[in-house]
Amino acid sequence: MADTTSKSYFWKGFRDGSPFIFVAIPFGTLFGVFATEAGLNIVQTMAFTSTVFAGAAQFAALQLLQDQTPTAIILISALAVNLRMAMYSASLTPFLGAAPMWQRAIAAYLTVDQSYACSIVRFEKEPMMTVPQRMAYFFGSVTPITPLWILATYLGAVLGTRIPESWALDFALPITFLAMIGPMMRTFPHVVAALVAIVVSLLTVAIPYNLGLLIAGCAGMIAGAQAELIVAHRKVKA
Amino acid sequence: MSQVDTVTIWTIIIGLALGSYALRFVFIGLVGDRPMPPWLLRHLRYTAVAIIPALIAPLVVWPTATEGQPDVPRMAAAAVAVTMGLVTKNVIAAIFTGAATLYGLLYLLG
Repeated sequence: MADTTSKSYFWKGFRDGSPFIFVAIPFGTLFGVFATEAGLNIVQTMAFTSTVFAGAAQFAALQLLQDQTPTAIILISALAVNLRMAMYSASLTPFLGAAPMWQRAIAAYLTVDQSYACSIVRFEKEPMMTVPQRMAYFFGSVTPITPLWILATYLGAVLGTRIPESWALDFALPITFLAMIGPMMRTFPHVVAALVAIVVSLLTVAIPYNLGLLIAGCAGMIAGAQAELIVAHRKVKA
Repeated sequence: MSQVDTVTIWTIIIGLALGSYALRFVFIGLVGDRPMPPWLLRHLRYTAVAIIPALIAPLVVWPTATEGQPDVPRMAAAAVAVTMGLVTKNVIAAIFTGAATLYGLLYLLG
């Protein structure tokens, strides 16, 4: 019986995760195109997309690679973009922490914005779910996008070799990032974090090795956390 | 197409793959059921929303393609992409309207 209910939770997850294919396909294709433009061959592009498996960090690494940034700074910056994955991991732990290690090890690899967003909503809505049901739902939510993300990257990489230089792709990557910013502005502290990071990044642009990016990132992060404390404090008082 | 050194690319790919996995595994795999300090979670929440705008702001104000000269099509495209993202909360819609603005203006302004 437990097995059949897990199965139905897998399909619930699958259904909830399906709309994200409309994000995964264009994003994966764009990554393939940009990676090719940045000088990566198909093997490198595919290794990148399937092992790192995190769109925004992959785009960030490509952009910095084109700016002649030292390798260490590229790694730190792209991993900073991925620090939110640690937060997802932390936030899923109370729900999935009791599952067998091999399942948690696979779940860690598949922890992305989409699987996290679907799962946390469902787990909080249905607190009576068992751990196997939660795992089934989590894996279901990421099943539609994973193969399509990898396939789309491949198609993009093949397509990328045929795009002429005159297409001004230099700015397509910034546009992709700018488009991501709007939906991130979920709360007032998120807005504060972004604004402080922008101002500091413009002020520190002369610092070598793109170190200004890390300074600005830290400043934005601290500003967001402080803004959250202030907002919470006001709510308590009111 | 630019030529990038193979060792650099593989260092980045392998470093990012291991690092990203470690970030995803650290809590669910190692911490298990133990609670997390709230101050840490509070800072983790704002890393992506700080680092992405910080990465992009200098590229908008001083674009590389124009050798750092501020440029109307790129500024306008940036404004459209941000605004569409804010209004619709739809990343794909924002990318396409931003790109349409860029290519439209590049074509019109020659």
